[in-house]
Formats: sequence, C-alpha cells, structure tokens
Amino acid sequence: MYRKKVMTTLAAAATLGMLLGGCANQAATPGGSTSGSGGGSTTVNIPALTSIETPKDAVLPAGNGKATCPSTTTLAYIGAETGANAQLGINIFNGIQLAINQHNKANAGCQVQFKKFDTEGDPNKATGPVTQATKEADIIGVVGLPFSGESKATGNIFEQQGLVHITPAATNPTLTTNGWKTFFRGLGNDAVQGPAAAKFMTGKLGAKKVYVVQDDSDYGIGLGKTTSDGLGSALIGTDKVTTGQKDFSVTISKIMNAKADAVFYSGYYAEGAPFDQQLVAKGFTGTFVGPDGLKDDQFIKQAGSASANAFFTCPCIPGELIPTFESAYKALANAEPGTYSIEGYDAATVLLAGIDAGNQDRAKLVNWVKTYDKDGLSKHYKWDDKGELQAPTVYGYKVENGKIVPIGAIGQ
Amino acid sequence: MIPTLLTVLPALSTDDNSWITFDIPSLMQNFWSATFDGLTFGSIYALVALGYTLVYGVLNLINFAHSEVFIMGCYGVWFTLSFLGFGPSAPNLSLGSIVVNLLLALIVAVCASALTAFVLERLAYKPLRKRNAPRLVFLITAIGASFTIQYTIFLVRGPVPEQALTMFKPTPIFDVFGTIVDSQQLLIVIAAVIMMVVTERFISKSRTGRGIRAVAQDPDTATLMGVNKEKIIITTFVIGGILAGAAALFYVMKIPSGVQYNGGFILGIKAFAAAVLGGIGNVRGALLGGLLLGLIGNYGQILLGNSQWTDVVAFVVLVLVLLLRPEGILGTSLGRSRA
Amino acid sequence: MSMVDGPTPLHTAKADQAAEDREAVGTPPGSSAAVRRKGWFGGLGEKWQELPRQKQWAVLIIVVVLAYLLPVINPPLISTEPGNDFPLACQTMAVWALVAVGLNVVIGYAGLLDLGYIAFFAVGSYVAAMLTSPDSTFLKIPYLWTIPVAMAVTMFFGVLLGVPTLRLRGDYLAIVTLGFGEIVRILATIIPAMKGQVGFQNLGHPPGLDAHGVPIFANSNGTPWYWLTLTILIIVLLLAGNLERSRVGRNWIAIREDEDAAETMGVPTFKYKVWAFAIGAGIGGMSGALMSGQVGFVNNQKFDVVTSVLFVAAVVLGGAGNKVGAILGGALVAYIPLRFTAIADYKYLIFGLALCLIMIFRSHGLLAARQQLLAYGRHAYNEVKARTDAKSAKAKAAPGKEASL
Repeated sequence: MYRKKVMTTLAAAATLGMLLGGCANQAATPGGSTSGSGGGSTTVNIPALTSIETPKDAVLPAGNGKATCPSTTTLAYIGAETGANAQLGINIFNGIQLAINQHNKANAGCQVQFKKFDTEGDPNKATGPVTQATKEADIIGVVGLPFSGESKATGNIFEQQGLVHITPAATNPTLTTNGWKTFFRGLGNDAVQGPAAAKFMTGKLGAKKVYVVQDDSDYGIGLGKTTSDGLGSALIGTDKVTTGQKDFSVTISKIMNAKADAVFYSGYYAEGAPFDQQLVAKGFTGTFVGPDGLKDDQFIKQAGSASANAFFTCPCIPGELIPTFESAYKALANAEPGTYSIEGYDAATVLLAGIDAGNQDRAKLVNWVKTYDKDGLSKHYKWDDKGELQAPTVYGYKVENGKIVPIGAIGQ
Repeated sequence: MIPTLLTVLPALSTDDNSWITFDIPSLMQNFWSATFDGLTFGSIYALVALGYTLVYGVLNLINFAHSEVFIMGCYGVWFTLSFLGFGPSAPNLSLGSIVVNLLLALIVAVCASALTAFVLERLAYKPLRKRNAPRLVFLITAIGASFTIQYTIFLVRGPVPEQALTMFKPTPIFDVFGTIVDSQQLLIVIAAVIMMVVTERFISKSRTGRGIRAVAQDPDTATLMGVNKEKIIITTFVIGGILAGAAALFYVMKIPSGVQYNGGFILGIKAFAAAVLGGIGNVRGALLGGLLLGLIGNYGQILLGNSQWTDVVAFVVLVLVLLLRPEGILGTSLGRSRA
Repeated sequence: MSMVDGPTPLHTAKADQAAEDREAVGTPPGSSAAVRRKGWFGGLGEKWQELPRQKQWAVLIIVVVLAYLLPVINPPLISTEPGNDFPLACQTMAVWALVAVGLNVVIGYAGLLDLGYIAFFAVGSYVAAMLTSPDSTFLKIPYLWTIPVAMAVTMFFGVLLGVPTLRLRGDYLAIVTLGFGEIVRILATIIPAMKGQVGFQNLGHPPGLDAHGVPIFANSNGTPWYWLTLTILIIVLLLAGNLERSRVGRNWIAIREDEDAAETMGVPTFKYKVWAFAIGAGIGGMSGALMSGQVGFVNNQKFDVVTSVLFVAAVVLGGAGNKVGAILGGALVAYIPLRFTAIADYKYLIFGLALCLIMIFRSHGLLAARQQLLAYGRHAYNEVKARTDAKSAKAKAAPGKEASL
C-alpha cells in the first residue's frame, strides 16, 4: 500500500518534470504554437456602447397611480427556478418582481400578487406547474415560459384555459405557428437573430471562413440553420455536438484543418464555454461568436481567459445601460441585471398596464395584449396576429476585461 | 405492426439522406489528431475504469458512486489550485513551481478521492455486507450514494461549474505527420500509463495485491487462508480512489470547466464501459478498454460526420465485442488474471 | 468469483439461506415454519395470507376504489400542490408504477439486470408520437390504437435486442442494455425523422369533449389519464399474477435462482429469457405511450441514463420479484421529487438518502418477494401443513385459489 503510493507519486513527479521541462523550453521560443493553427487572426476592435436611447414615452409599471383592482389579482412567472438553466429564470423573475413592486408602490388601490412556478426548464416537467397555474382562477396573466421546448409542450394548456402568456426568452420561430391565441413573444425570434448574426460576422467582423457548430437542442438546431443560410459562401463547414459534451477535440481539429477565421456556436454556454476554451488552447486565433444562449457571465467564468475572443448576438436589450432600471434592479436583486431581465420587466409592465386599464379577467387581458401598441423601456411593443413582435432589434455584445459589454444594434 | 414498420422504415431513410455519411477523406485528414486526442482522453477513462474494475473484482459490484469519488478529486484539484492562486489565464510561473503546485493538487485530489471511497465503503456498503444483502441492493445503494454525494455538492457549491483554472499553457513537443503533440497530451498519457503499470505490479506482486486477488477469486477460502477480507476490501476501494484522484487532476487539466456537481456521472458510465470492454476485473483490460474507447469514439465521429455519433459508435463496438468475446477483450476476472 | 458463472444479481435462495443462518430473521416462503422476517411490513404478508378469500377480495376492492378516488380526494398532506397539480402527479406515479411492474418481470422474475429499460419506454413514446403528432410525416391512427401498436413494436425491439444479448450473463447484460438505452436516445437526435430535442407536439389523445369543448383527455387534465393508466395497470397486474404462477413464471424463477441448474432440468432458458425481455419491453412501451399521450409532447431529453437507473431503483426499492412492491416503488420514486418541488434544491438529496437508507435497513425492498409458484399454492401448503401437524384436522385446509395480489 505504502510503497505503491510512494511509487505513484514519484512516477508522477518524474513525468511532470520531464514534460514541463519540454514545454518550458518550447515556451522560450516566442510565438511558438502557430504551425497548427487555422486562419488569420481577426482582431476587430469594435468600441463598446456606453448608453442606449430609451423611448421617451415608455410605459412604466407605476402607471398613473390611480388604478384599482381586487386584491386577489395575480400575475405568475412559470419557468426554471432550479436546474441547469436556473440563472436565466432568476434574471427574468427578478425583472418581473421589480415591475410588480414598482406598480404596487405607486398604486395603493391595486396590489397585484406575484406567484412563481418551477419547471426546471424541462418540457416534461412543465405540464404539472402550468396546469396548476391555469387552475388558479386568480392568475390572469403569465410571464413565461422562458425556453422553447417547454413552451411547445404547454402552449395548448394556456390556449385551452384562455390565459395570456408573454415569453421573455423563447426564440424558436415555430412557436407562433401553432395558432395559439394566448401566446406572445416579447423579443425577436431566431429567424431574425440568425441572419443578423451572419451579417455581423461577414460584415463588421470581416470573417471570410466561418465554421458553424450547433448543439442538439431545438434552439441550437433552428438558429444553426438560419445562421448557415445567412452565411452563404462564407460557410466552410459544420459540425454537431451533444448537450453535456465536454471534450470537443475532434471538432476542433476539423476547424483547424479547415483554417476557419471565425466559429459560430449555436447552443448554450454549458457546452459553448468549454468549447471556446479548448479551441483557444489548441491555438485558434480567430473570433468566436455565439447567440443569446452563450451571453452570460457563466460563459466567461467557464471559458476562462479564452473568452477574450468571444462576441455575442442577442435579440435582448442591454438593460444595464438604462440607468433607472439598472439601479432599481440592483437594489432589489443585489446583482446587475442579467440577460432577459428587462424583457421580463417589460412583459410584466404590459400586463400590469392592462390590469390598471380595467382588464381584470383572463379574456380581457388577452385582448389587451393583442391590441397593445406602445413603447416599453426596451423597445416598441406591438404584436402581429400570430404573436410575434413587429420590429425586434438584435444587439451585438463582446467580452472586454472579463465582462460582457454591448456594441450596438447589428444586422440592419 | 407490419404496416407501421413499412411506413417507418422508408421514411427513416428518405426523410433526409444526409444523417449518415462515411467521410473517409476527413478521417484521413484528421487521423493523427484524433488518435492523440483519443489516447489522451482514453487514459483518463482507463484510470477511472481501474476503480470500477478493482471493486468489481472483489465485490462483484458495479460501484455507481465511483463517478462521485472521481468528482470529489476534481473538487480537490480545484480548491488546491484556486488556493494557490491559479486563475483563468495560464500562470506566469517557473517550471519548478508549476511542478510543485501540480503535485500538491495531485496529493489533495488523491486524498479527497481516497477518503470519499473509504467513507462510502464504510457507510454504504459495509452495513449491507453485514446483512448479506443481495447484489442488486448494493447496486441501488450505490446509485443512492451517488445521488446523495452529487446533491450534497450541489447544495454547497451550486448548480454551475466552478471558475475554469488554467494550469499551464500546452506547448508543442514534437509532431507526427504534421500533427502536433503537445505537452499536455504527452503528460497525461505517460503519467496514466506509469500509474497503470505501478498498479498492475502492485496487484500481481505485493502481499496486499495477492490478498486482493485471493478475495476476488474466492472470498470464503481467502478468509480461511488467513486473508483479512475487510481490510482487503477497504484497500481496494482506497486504491480505486487514489487512481480516480489522479484521473481528476488530468481531467481538470484537460477540461477546466468540468468541475461541477454532476460532472462525473457520464464519464463514470463511459469508464465502466471501458472496463467491461477490456474485460471487467482485469487491470490490463481497463487500460486497453479505456484507450480503445477513446480512439473508437474519435474515429467514429469523424467517419460518420459529426460528434453526436461518439457514444453510439463506442457502445455499438462494445456490444459487438461482447457478442464475440462475452468476457471482454482480455477476459477473465481479477482473481484468475495472471496480471 | 468470476462474474460469468457468478450468482445472478438478485437474492437467490442461497443468499436467502445465508441471511437466515446469520440473522435468523425468516425462512423461505413455502416452508413449514411460520416465522417471517420482521420489519415495517413484516407481519403483513402473513396476515394477508391467513385472511379468507372473500375478505381478501373485500379489502382489495376498497383499495382499488381508494386508488381511483385518489386525485379527487387530493389528501392534504400527501398532495403535491401547490407546486405540482396533484391529478397529474397521480398520473406520473401510475405510469412509473406500470414501468416498475414491467421491469419487475425482467429483473424480479427472470433475474436479468436491465439498465436500459428506458429504451423501450422511449420506443413506446416515439410510436405514440410518430403515429399521432401532426409534426410527423407518417400515417396517423387514433391515439388509443397506439397503445397496442406501441406494445407490439417494443416487443419486437425487445426480441431484436434480446436474441443477441441474452446469451450474456449478469452485469455484462447490464452494460449492454445501458448502452442500448443511450443509443436509442442519441439516434433520436441523429435521425432527422425522430426530431431529437425538437420533438413532436400535440400528440393525440382519447376522444371526448367536455361541456366547454375542451378535450376530456387534455394534457392538463390529469384525472382521466390517471384512471386510464390505473385501469391498464390493474389489468397488467392480473395478467402478470397469472403469468407468475404459470409454467412460464416457474421457469423464470428457476432461471433466476440458478440458470445452469434450470438448463439441466430441461428449462429452455434462452427462450424464456427472451420471453421475459419481450414481455417487459411490451409493458415498458405501453407506459411510454401513456406518458407521452398525457404530456402531449415527446422529445429525447427525458430518455437518459439517470431515468433508466431510477426505473431499476423503483423495482428494487419496492422489492424485486414482488409486483405490489414494484407498484409501491415506482410510485414512490416518482412521488418524492414531485412532492418536494417546494424545496427544490433538496429534493434529489432527500431522494438519494432515502434510497440508501431503505436499502440498508430494508435490504429486500419495501415488500419482499414471495414465491407462490402454484396456482393452488395455498391449498397445497395447507395440505402439507395439515399432514405434519398431527393435532390439526384435515378440515383446516381451506379450499380456494391463491390470492392474485
């Protein structure tokens, strides 16, 4: 036993010494590891945005302060509170909570209740909580569900019960083709984001050879397709990875051999971050571009210093650049507004404005949202007959000094 | 049923013909890099597989919680390195201090894993042995223990992976047919193989090793011959833990963002498959199985077009091997091995 | 012990015997001594056996009626609300119970460790999805027809998988089945027609509309789904009980106890193992179709290794080889995470600990297996007992069949 431990340790020490010796020698030669690396480096310097314009007459949750409603009036958030994608849910319901707090503070005669239901972001677990919520007659409007899969699985329950819901994050284009009258999307869908991302890469980033890697999620597949279509001849190869995959070495060697100068990863940060990290560790010097599923501080944490080459596209508005929102959110959640915080806030505001205007049952509130045509804090809200926003904007973001900063609207 | 099948079968093949391809040029082009990467990851599988194999040898138990023994090692590495001041970028340290730091991390990881294995054996499996519980009950307890450890980590450290830490920047050592072999790959493969050889010598030559083989072959007779069965079992768990701790260091080196509460589970399943592929209970089999699994997965995913094929190819090969050789490639259990 | 000729993973008669020698807690069922193992449910089995047939039926009817009324009563402490709709939770539990009963045929009766049972559940789900969802391009049939079709297709897959792999024994079979489960899940991603995580929406459901024009079997309406599943569960239970006491069941148990001995005694072991596999697969496929019908959405996310392993846990937890135990185990494994959604962070920790503790303190599962191999087992038992017991008259041997539960 003892002898074995000692031997193992010695062996390991010897090996370590040997190899690191090798690498230290190599490291002495400047610019060592380029022979295997693909493509030219695209060092594009796009300045970060420091402020964005907010609509002057944006509707705020406080309203005119004279609203009255029954004390049982309730709005709900349904979506992930736990599970792998909990952070996104937390960003959203803090935004909703903020809107409701501001509303209740200004309107003494209308105290709207707030309830949360946890789906873990899993389509198979979502029917229980959604059914529970639709059964509670006091709930007249819902913000959610955040993910495309769970929205697909439960949209018809809302439809049957006539309960309006505005998703602050689900971007799959097919969601609005089900004929649901109660489904509204509070942001642009992937059919908007994909082409915008393609244009961003070939335009502003000046990429000539783009490699697209998509995961196996509904979101990743849809976005991968629209982006690939948008890239046209700049697309030099594609690969598919699996949710939960950790080792991307084979995909990376394909990318290096194809000499790509930009990689678009269509999926979530759980796989995107280790992918980018391994890509850079293998000597990739081009840019790494990802959609809103990657735009999260977790990406930077898990990709480490490799994240410096990353850009993101997102149909979400940088809420942190709206000072009033940023400070109020910080006071409530003790954190910076995250991805989709402001979408949650705006969606809740639309519903609260409806309640204040006297639409205090489910049928009236659906109608209210259907005919809504006003500015929110982040953008103009007016839905078409399918439930899509009419003029969504896609923003670009980049990583600067270990933080995600916006670089302005892209794709126009 | 027949009409159903008739409609299903053509539709599966005509819906989109591109789902299966045989991309031989790509395999030729990426062959060597796939080989080196496969061997690197395969060595990690092999180290973890040894833990499954040894425990299986003496207890006939698929120790499902071994993946948690491994992940505790990963946390050991992570805590040591973050305590030593490693960060997201490669540290600017001299060679000597990197070696010392990594050795420290290795020691902590090995201790963390071995301790977890020890506690697991005492708290979860020993009471069952005392009650002479059926084997399936051990398996379910192992699953329960695996959940318990995972979600204890979950409560303490949260759902997301830990901050990625870079140990050193891999540098090219030499190249084979134009493909670079870097220091990280070489380090992992060589260190893993040395550990395997040491383990194998230990099992085949030392007194304790003989005891392990005796218990694996026939626990009752071994006890009659004066082997302390309990001590042997504990030793086996601890050796498995030590190897898992070493695997943890290499894993975190390769996948810095892999330190997560459930990060070991899938790797554990594949390591177990590697052990079965080589012949479970066989120390050399674990090495062979691990390396083969790494290589097959990599070749398969290049040949068939995308990396979603990796596990399908690996498992299909496993099934085929078992059909031809029902005891794995090298066959025989620990007790009978001439290892 | 090498694994190839090692013991089957279940409690064999030999292991039982050893346990008794050590702790003297019980005797094999069917032996003359009436001392049974102690425990939470220790005396229950004995008492149940001693009840007259009519009383057994009366108790059973009450239990069944209570089971049907469960979602309507919605008992306060047991209810999963407000986190989860209780009738839907009941449906989930019933499906898991059905899965456990099916897997119990494979693990509990025939002693084959199948870690990839999820594959059959998945195949059943996909049959229901691909034959009813508007997202699929295949021919469409009414939902209720998909249940027998799903059974047939999964049985076919069971035979397909079983014929090559059932020559393997013990844990080699375990890893092969585990691999098969993973292959089905990943192929669903790779093969475009199976739509991977994108999935199939708006699956069909049994016909009928309520007063508001909403389908009775809407995916938000748990109670009718639960009743449907429960009815199927009861039918399956009755059939499984008959099978267990038939020649087939006796052969399975012979294989489980000692495969070589069974082979020597003329049991065609391979054939019966394939049968067990196929029947188990059929029940798995049926539960998959029922589950996906209720959820109304199928993608491959839920068909993972963890769920598959939990299926096995359900069987062993309840007591492998005991179908009532399997129901209990299945329902419990589904129930714990649903009940504790309110303390979401702790639910799986509670689950893991519960699994460990139950296994350590109740190694044979909540309800231990009893082998009642003969259709007139109790009759025969009493017959023997009467003869050995000089004082008792032969009249003591009560006529009547063995209880089916």
